[in-house]
Amino acid sequence: MSVHARFIVALGLLALGCHGAAHAQEAPLVADVSENLVAITTGFTGKEVLLFGATDGPGDIAIVVKGPLRDLTVRKKGRVGPVWLNQDEVTFRDVPSFYRIASSRPLEEFAPPNLLSRFQIGTDNIRLETADNMSMTTEQLADYRKALVRLKTSDALYDEGLGSVNTTSNRLFRTRILFPSNVPTGTYFVEVYLFRNGTVAAAEIVPFNISKIGFGADVYDFAHGFGAIYGIIAIILAAGAGWAASAAFRRA
Amino acid sequence: MQIYLPIAEMSVNVFLILGMGGAVGFLSGMFGVGGGFLITPMLVFIGVPPPVAVGTGANEIVATSVSGVITQLRRGNVDLRMGAVLTVGGFIGSGLGVWIFSLLKQIGQIDLVISLCYVVFLTIIGSLMGWESMPSVMKRRLGAATSTAGARGPGRHNWIHGLPFKMRFHKSKLYISAIMPLTLGFLVGLLAAIMGVGGGFIMVPAMIYVLGMPTQVAIGTSLFQIIFVTANTTFLQATINQTVDVILALLLLAAGVIGAQIGTRIAGKLKNEQLRLLLALLVLGMAVNLAADLVIKPDEIFSFTGAVK
Repeated sequence: MSVHARFIVALGLLALGCHGAAHAQEAPLVADVSENLVAITTGFTGKEVLLFGATDGPGDIAIVVKGPLRDLTVRKKGRVGPVWLNQDEVTFRDVPSFYRIASSRPLEEFAPPNLLSRFQIGTDNIRLETADNMSMTTEQLADYRKALVRLKTSDALYDEGLGSVNTTSNRLFRTRILFPSNVPTGTYFVEVYLFRNGTVAAAEIVPFNISKIGFGADVYDFAHGFGAIYGIIAIILAAGAGWAASAAFRRA
Repeated sequence: MQIYLPIAEMSVNVFLILGMGGAVGFLSGMFGVGGGFLITPMLVFIGVPPPVAVGTGANEIVATSVSGVITQLRRGNVDLRMGAVLTVGGFIGSGLGVWIFSLLKQIGQIDLVISLCYVVFLTIIGSLMGWESMPSVMKRRLGAATSTAGARGPGRHNWIHGLPFKMRFHKSKLYISAIMPLTLGFLVGLLAAIMGVGGGFIMVPAMIYVLGMPTQVAIGTSLFQIIFVTANTTFLQATINQTVDVILALLLLAAGVIGAQIGTRIAGKLKNEQLRLLLALLVLGMAVNLAADLVIKPDEIFSFTGAVK
């Protein structure tokens, strides 16, 4: 499953000039998740996924969880006369719809800022590219970036805090990732970084899917595949329920 | 108890949704309004994406309106002829309205236009109804007036009565030009499509004050035509935007149809003036609330919308 992802990481690390152990016989870092598919069923209220792995020795672990990428438009309200209305907008490309970080120690104790920035570890380091060159200063854009993170955080889709990674005997590590009920569906990537001496010694990406399963999924697929029929069924159901209630009350 | 909504893509408390559906159904049956202007903001408030709230709200209103209209039909409060003419106008109007809606969406000001429309119309309607019903309720209490005609006073013979294509509407006790209800249906349909509602809260007062229909018949007939307007909206939303969440709609309408039954029953026991005053207060309350949202500095001046890649 993760062969492809591993290859990408290996390439990435080589390109970045890290002393990755892509060629080594023994992988310095292995990781996996407790579930490769998080199923959203009718009773779905959120899900905790266990991420676990092992290293070939001491080091610090930093983990980034990213949801499927989407374009987002952030709008800012301004006052016109007595009314507040949307005035300016910025569209960001390929924004992670979900974002979490966790580490074995506070990040600043083992990771230099330039690496945190390069690997987009921390909400401040999420790369937010704008759709086009707008007539906006860097400071103005920064407000929009902050607003995006703030809004996402209030939706529980981002978390500016740092989750904890438990380590055992400098070899094993594990952490829990909590997905709220409003989690977007799609392919997720858990990026695991092994830091040693202020550099990334190894990295691993574990992909997994979050998708709707069962009745809810069928409803969704039907709604998107056969919109007109779905609409007519929705109307018939509603009209039928209205009639049934009326009939029931008449008898009562 | 939580349930996951497949189209809204979130999990909600079943009892909260049932409560909302019941409350709106009650108001719907009582006043002959669809309740879209209540249910849509309520759904958005609990986190349902606005397009899903509009599409699903419309679907729910189909149910409550059907439930209410059957009782009204039995009571002889539905002018089918009037309803048919209004519906024809409404379909033409909502077709144009959907087009204007997408135009405003492109400009990025659809939310503002919707809010402004609400504030303007709710204020006008609420004030008119409140002003008219207040003294008449007082008079009735004092036993001074016994007229049941309400707003249908004398002196309504103006240019309107000179229009061609006159039709007789028995239930409404009217002999007026078909152009009148057709135009009313068109205008309400237009606004309803832009505002994402059934339009009952505009339709009922307009029927009473513009056409001069008796309040009870106006309510029954409004419910009748709302069925078709909201069914049309449901179909368009499901086909074009896939924003009708059947699970959410079923929860809402399960409680909504029962609420509508209770509301219709209570409405039958109330006097026209009392009904009008209550609706006026409700409408004015909504207007003040929306106006405050527009004018008061929001806590968060940023907002975002996104699309799946």
